[in-house]
Amino acid sequence: MAASSERSPPPFPDSEDQELEPDFDNEDSDEGADIFTGSTMADSKMDPPLPTSTDKLPNDLFSDSTPEPLSDPLSDASNKTESETASKLSPDITEVELASDEPTADLLNEPVGESTDEPNIYSNSASVTALIEEPLDNPTEKEPLDKPTEKEPLDNPPEKEPLDNPTEEVPLDNPTEEVPLDNPTEEVPLDNPTEKVPLDNPTEKEPLDNPTEKEPLDNPTEEEPLDNPTEEEPLDKSTEEPLGTEISKPEEEIVISEPVSAISEPLKSADEEPQKDIVEESHKEVTEEPPSKVQSDTATKPSTDLFGDSPDDDDDLFKEPLGAMAKKPQSSIFSEPQVDIFAEAKGDVVSKPQNEQPKDVPTDIFTEEALIPVINTATKPSVSASSKTNGVHSDEEEQDIFAEATVELSLDSPRKERKKQDVAKPSASAPSISVTPSTSKPQPKTLEELEEEESEDKFELNISVTNPEKVGDGMNAYMAYKVSTQTTMPMFRNKTFTVRRRFSDFLGLYEKLSEKHSQNGYIVPPPPEKSILGMTKVKVGKEDPSSAEFVERRRAALERYLQRVVSHPSLLQDPDVREFLERDELPRAVSTQALSGAGFLKMINKATDAVSKMTIKMNESDIWFEEKLQEVESEDQQLRKLHAMVDSLVNHRKELSVNTAVFAKSVAMLGSSEDNTALSRALSQLAEVEDKIEQLHAEQASNDFFIFAELLADYIRLLGAVRASFDQRMKTWQRWQDAQNMLQRKRETEAKLLWANKPDKLQQAKDEIAEWEAKVTQYERDFERVSATVRKEVIRFEKEKARDFKKNIMKYLESLLRSQQQLIKYWEAFLPEAKAIA
Amino acid sequence: MTSTLEESDKEKVRSVSVDLNNDTSLIIDIPDALCERDKVKFTVHTKTTLNTFQKPEFSVPRQHEDFNWLHDTLVETEDYAGLIIPPAPPKPDFESPREKMHKLGEGEATMTREEYTKMKQELEAEYLAVFKKTVQVHEIFLQRLSSHPVLSKDRNFQIFLEYDQDLSVRRKNAKEMFGGFFKNMVKTADEVIISGIKEVDDFFEQEKTFLLDYFSKIKDSTAKAEKMTYSHKNVSDDYIHISATLNSIAADDSTDLKKHLEKFADLLEKLRKVEARVASDQELKLTELLRYYMRDIQAAKDLLYRRARALANYENANKALDKARLKSKDVAQAEEHQKQCLQKFDKLSESGKKELTSFKGRRVVAFRKNLIEMAELEIKHAKNNMSLLQGCIELINTN
Repeated sequence: MAASSERSPPPFPDSEDQELEPDFDNEDSDEGADIFTGSTMADSKMDPPLPTSTDKLPNDLFSDSTPEPLSDPLSDASNKTESETASKLSPDITEVELASDEPTADLLNEPVGESTDEPNIYSNSASVTALIEEPLDNPTEKEPLDKPTEKEPLDNPPEKEPLDNPTEEVPLDNPTEEVPLDNPTEEVPLDNPTEKVPLDNPTEKEPLDNPTEKEPLDNPTEEEPLDNPTEEEPLDKSTEEPLGTEISKPEEEIVISEPVSAISEPLKSADEEPQKDIVEESHKEVTEEPPSKVQSDTATKPSTDLFGDSPDDDDDLFKEPLGAMAKKPQSSIFSEPQVDIFAEAKGDVVSKPQNEQPKDVPTDIFTEEALIPVINTATKPSVSASSKTNGVHSDEEEQDIFAEATVELSLDSPRKERKKQDVAKPSASAPSISVTPSTSKPQPKTLEELEEEESEDKFELNISVTNPEKVGDGMNAYMAYKVSTQTTMPMFRNKTFTVRRRFSDFLGLYEKLSEKHSQNGYIVPPPPEKSILGMTKVKVGKEDPSSAEFVERRRAALERYLQRVVSHPSLLQDPDVREFLERDELPRAVSTQALSGAGFLKMINKATDAVSKMTIKMNESDIWFEEKLQEVESEDQQLRKLHAMVDSLVNHRKELSVNTAVFAKSVAMLGSSEDNTALSRALSQLAEVEDKIEQLHAEQASNDFFIFAELLADYIRLLGAVRASFDQRMKTWQRWQDAQNMLQRKRETEAKLLWANKPDKLQQAKDEIAEWEAKVTQYERDFERVSATVRKEVIRFEKEKARDFKKNIMKYLESLLRSQQQLIKYWEAFLPEAKAIA
Repeated sequence: MTSTLEESDKEKVRSVSVDLNNDTSLIIDIPDALCERDKVKFTVHTKTTLNTFQKPEFSVPRQHEDFNWLHDTLVETEDYAGLIIPPAPPKPDFESPREKMHKLGEGEATMTREEYTKMKQELEAEYLAVFKKTVQVHEIFLQRLSSHPVLSKDRNFQIFLEYDQDLSVRRKNAKEMFGGFFKNMVKTADEVIISGIKEVDDFFEQEKTFLLDYFSKIKDSTAKAEKMTYSHKNVSDDYIHISATLNSIAADDSTDLKKHLEKFADLLEKLRKVEARVASDQELKLTELLRYYMRDIQAAKDLLYRRARALANYENANKALDKARLKSKDVAQAEEHQKQCLQKFDKLSESGKKELTSFKGRRVVAFRKNLIEMAELEIKHAKNNMSLLQGCIELINTN
């Protein structure tokens, strides 16, 4: 989410005004993520104000699209309410809307005729437009000025923006969330009156804008070239990013949030439907309506608004020629846009002016933040037309529209965030708040639920590693283990099967799994470590108890390793796992040698990773990860300490066992020296008891080790894997950030090129921007996906850990219990002997 | 813990001194002791019906050195050569717990507060146990003297008990220390010399072989038992650390595991107390028994040496008499000397035989008692452990 929000802002920051809008950008990025999931409503609301600039085309699209989506998920009534709410909200926005409203009215009127789904909205909008028109007239002159002013006010009172947005876009959002709809309905009446109020504001702001207008006037010619690049950008963004990001994001979000299922469908439907509608509408508009509308309404007020806004923004933000759009350009633009629109419809290249509009709009939008989506939508139709330059609107346009629709959704999120911040405004804040808690809390729950489902769905799958056998002689010797599988899972050919595997095969399996899955944030269970010393002993030594212990220890560790792998639902599905369990002959695993070339490379990679880990300072947006990572790190330390303690317990108990054996021998000698027969007999009995106790201690020491210490050792290794998954998440985050920085730089270069007026290089710059935008989107998606996976994996890991620990603690306690029972038996047997001493 | 230690100490006292006759005419105990740095001041309390004492009941302050002085004077008294002089109590040894305390202080940083506190408590308990054991050993020494028909009438012993001022026994100076060392050397060499003398009495011949063999065995067993109880103590100390670490892990854990870890830690803490008891009971019932009899056997060996020396003296006197008769010179004097030596030897043999026989009986009874008690304690602790474990298993299972 954050990415999307950031995506949109970048254009602004580049050239435009860091002065005015830096705040917005930050807000967008930060808030975007949270808002996204829950508060589509707010987003939609936000969008409308944006359209104001681009309104004419977008409005139509919006209105068309909105009714349909609304109707699908919700009821017609809801649509109406939405429209109403939108209108209600709009009052606050009035400033922005005023400009927008006018165009919307024009657009709305036309679309209304087409869609006729939401008379209320239209009527409202019409009324608004009427109201607006009056003020607008005044503003028209001042409007360009107003926009900059609007930006400022927007920053201060974010509330206005959210409110405004809803008017046009609300319907889209509403379908996704039912709650918001209710609120809007209540507010509906308010909207009309409120609208009037906002009108006043714009007038106040207008004067500010005026200065900017003057500048732009000169540049009208320049604007066209400038616009082109800007147009391309939005197009690219909309086409590439929105499609993937928006679609994918909603899905993810859906997964996370409880209401997701319900929401997801509406979202999709909304996306799809709007697209079609928009496409159709856009076609129609472009072909037929636009000219008339644009000429009539837009030419006068809307055009002025849009153009005026854009130029102002451009000037302020870009400080480039873009500002040329001002009043003079407006007039020219107005005339041009109309023509352009027609041209676009016709497929002429003339679309540039139109492009200018969208461009301008986006700049405004960016500044206003809320405007962005609208701009995109507006730009897209125009862009699609322009890009194709031919009448072929169909495919590409659809995509663009689609992208737009999606873009709106994504954009909405930041707005929602703002709304949250602005809690002051009830309408906007209420829905967003209601949404956010549901999204944030439900996430873990749903994950757990998913997990439980997974675990419940598990088929029986028992794996055992047995019969370690030495194969070969000398230093080439190795241990082969029998890996037996017993399962009811249908994915395996047989119910039981056995293969022979050597240690390096296990390592190879890990390498394969880790290569494939760890980059996605999965926690891949690590295999037992290589032990050159232990293995060398096995290779050289014959029947030495320590090497037997080593083999047994490794066998048990390998068995636990495999069991952990197959208990992981995702890893179990991996073909390499199945191959490992089923296939008779495995290709010899390479690169598992401790100090082979590959191993050396791995070491270097690890070293660089460690360095980058030190240097990367992740600006953690999700406190959950931060806390978890800290938990994991402190747990790692604690477990290491505990492991050392248990190790010392094992050693002390072994020592005790040895000392007991020695004492037993000594007492036996003492007994043999004793001249009192009964005492002598008792002493030799005592020696026997001590001998048995020595066995008990030895067994308990090995229980300490195999049940307790090895469990801890396993989990120390596993915690390493958990940390690796966190690192992986950080890496994807870093990659995303890097890409964003790169995009930022590209945009700066583009802005510079714009300044320098070098159209030849501009195209390349635009291409690069498009490329990097796509990357940013991709990386952001990667990051979101990895984050979700890591979260899920960590929760799963914790459950497994709790289960494992409980199981092993029980096992350990039982072993202690058994040895105590034996102890009682031994001493009770000895007691009569002691009493028999006379 | 401390109170139980006291109890078991008292049990042990009785078990070791089980051979003491139940004569109530002279009852000695050490009700109190004060530890000042390396010095331990014992309050020796006596209750008596004997008229050799001025008062029926009295208490005097005594130091470890005073006990050593008493032991040495008894050993040096010719009349007691035929007796097994009860071994002097070992010097109070607070080095081991002190050293451990020092180590603990060094390792304080690596431990949690809770862990450190427990370890410290454990060491304090150990220190206290050593202290009590020291007191008991001194008490036993006096009780054995008081229950001995001959030694209880010793004048020095009575002064030791009665003189209410500080005995201010002179610490041995360097020369005397060296002299004592030299004496031991001579004695050892002498033992080798007189070992060549043909034993005239089968009983003593057997006793000698037995005691020599038995001493080396029991010395070995004592060392091994010490090691065993020491490592048992280590195991129980490990439980402290594991329990503390488990607790701190549980504190960080937010899952169901938290409860289990806490229970587990709790259980280990309880098990550790039981294990510590097992270790300390083994120490008291087994190691102390072996250690005491090791020293007692040394005393018996000393008796044998004195008798052997007397025998050698008699042999020499016989030779001197033969020589004197040959030369017909100083025959009467030689005869007199030979007679004295024979008398002394006979007396030594007679009392030695009695002493050794009673020692044997005393040893068997003490072993029996201690072994029975140890077995019972082991069973008790194991049952205790078992019920703790079962309780914990049930707790975890029901959760």
